[in-house]
Amino acid sequence: MPETQTAVAVRELTLSEAVKEAIAEEMRRDPTVFILGEDVAEAGHPFKVLVGLVDEFGKERVLDTPISEPGFTGLAVGAAMTGMRPIVDIMFGDFMGLTMDQIFNQAAKIHYMSGGKWKVPMVVRTTMGATRRSAAQHSQSLHAWFAHIPGLKVALPSTPYDMKGLLKTAIRDDNPVIIFEDKMEYKRKGPVPEEEYLIPFGVADIKREGTDITLIATSSMVHVALGAARLLDEYDVSAEVVDPRTLWPLDEKTLIESAKKTSRVIVIDEGYERYGVTAEIASTIATGAFYDLEAPVKRMGAMQVPIPFSPPLEDVTVPTDKSVFEAAMALCGQTV
Amino acid sequence: MSTVVDRSKMTREEIDRCLHMYRQMIKIRSFEDQANQLYLRALMPGLTHLYAGEEAVAVGVCEALRPDDYVTSTHRGHGHCVAKGAALDRMFAELLGKRAGYCKGKGGSMHIADPDTGNLGANAIVGGSTPIATGAAFSAKRLGNGRVAVCFFGDGALGQGVLYESMNMAAIWKLPVIYVCENNLYNEYTPMQEVTAGDIQTRGPAFGVPSNRVDGQDVQAVYRAAKEMIDRARRGDGPGYLVADTYRYHGHHIGDINREYYRSKAEEAKWRERDPIKLFSDWMISNGLVNKAAVEKIDVDVRAEVEAAVDFAVKAPYPTPDEVDQDIYA
Repeated sequence: MPETQTAVAVRELTLSEAVKEAIAEEMRRDPTVFILGEDVAEAGHPFKVLVGLVDEFGKERVLDTPISEPGFTGLAVGAAMTGMRPIVDIMFGDFMGLTMDQIFNQAAKIHYMSGGKWKVPMVVRTTMGATRRSAAQHSQSLHAWFAHIPGLKVALPSTPYDMKGLLKTAIRDDNPVIIFEDKMEYKRKGPVPEEEYLIPFGVADIKREGTDITLIATSSMVHVALGAARLLDEYDVSAEVVDPRTLWPLDEKTLIESAKKTSRVIVIDEGYERYGVTAEIASTIATGAFYDLEAPVKRMGAMQVPIPFSPPLEDVTVPTDKSVFEAAMALCGQTV
Repeated sequence: MSTVVDRSKMTREEIDRCLHMYRQMIKIRSFEDQANQLYLRALMPGLTHLYAGEEAVAVGVCEALRPDDYVTSTHRGHGHCVAKGAALDRMFAELLGKRAGYCKGKGGSMHIADPDTGNLGANAIVGGSTPIATGAAFSAKRLGNGRVAVCFFGDGALGQGVLYESMNMAAIWKLPVIYVCENNLYNEYTPMQEVTAGDIQTRGPAFGVPSNRVDGQDVQAVYRAAKEMIDRARRGDGPGYLVADTYRYHGHHIGDINREYYRSKAEEAKWRERDPIKLFSDWMISNGLVNKAAVEKIDVDVRAEVEAAVDFAVKAPYPTPDEVDQDIYA
């Protein structure tokens, strides 16, 4: 038996633990790395993602800030320009609106405006994802805003393995990187090797191979797509699930190759459909695989409404295993 | 202007500092005069915001800084760049969008940045640089390199909340940053007092940040006040907030010619009577630091330097279109 097939008990971590391990490893490796945000130290973040970090690194490197998102995001921009590598924690993606000037006018543009002289090596970690019954100001998935802006990189890890590898890459990147973590996924477990690894940006991951239809999905929608794929199996429809992992840089090649192979594509993302990530990727597929497609690219995203509070209302706003399954069957000309 | 001094009691260093401050102020004035000419001759793309009239603020503050200290600047930023030591030829080249400019022509007048002189960049978002300067001070403290950051902003930035967020953080973490408010009395085209409540000097003390208010037309007063705050910050005793009352001779931008609807010609003439350069040269001459001929020689030398810099910039090549998507990512 080849050595690579030797059964090794692979360690499992939650997505939350993967976040913390990535940050801790990078803070041990590089003394200029630090994290700042609201309730990050003793509180360990409201979602408890950072519990224990302050014990190892102290309050100077795990820095509780005032509730001043524009201020401490901008402070991170200045610190990043002058020798530190800050990780900014913005508790809810909905609060990113407060930080916008510092992110899209400052962090994203300083390298370019200065003719390449100043660099802004900072990471902003924030959350996305609905169905937590948190209503309209704590539930949005706004990652498309940032993928729109030249100068920013945007990552959406869907598994603990990807989370750790992408976050470590982000911390070492010399550019501003925005990482969106789905708050509903923090407890999801998955294999994470003990040994160090990095995941390069701009490399999509085929989460499941298939031949009849491609489901391109981001963040938690990867798991929705995998659930739909299992339902499709029962009807002998073989679905391939592709996770771009980073919205920018975007691995167009892998997405187009999968589309060419299966000839049918659904793009699933928890952001709004209108002018969103699904539109961008659908356009990429339409341009790159037009003559190989058997059907128009289908897009599935958050319903075009503010996220409602009441469960029966909120639940219909996001794609589910079932809705993706039904859309895939329809796209393949099959009846359930 | 500062009181009479006994020249014989001044050290060589003090006299040299005065001469240097004079030279820097006249350099800024000449730079702005030439920038105005470049605009009028239609050689400069876009617009610019001239610093003429406010020279004593940038020069007085930067004279108290080390070369490796940081500054952040504003849309009205040429004075800060020059005072921090930028080369005039590369500044003009940037104003004209040339490749030899500080930002390879990608930034223009409102975004000149230069790591070599600690210039973190001019910023076209009013108040946008206030947390950035605070972050540079944060690095300085963490890295223990003894640097200080100065954040220049206008009275318009007093309306931006991020300034107060920044002051709050600088105070709680005792960061070596000095917030310098250049109060030129106008938020663009609106009188500052119409849109600004209370005493503007009290913004600092509200956060426990020591503050001072000086005559921004008196370069020595600015220098002394800035020096005290900068030394204090460098000792590890935290931030400072300095208000300098000053005046912009030109409009909000270079094309803002008809401005009587927001300020009178009489007011402009009154402020020109207290020209910071004239006040300082008169003081130096009357106190025997230099004679009139020596001052005039500085003027002539600087003018020649500025004209040579303009000539360099006018003749310098533009970037080629293929450079447009370079420098987006590091």
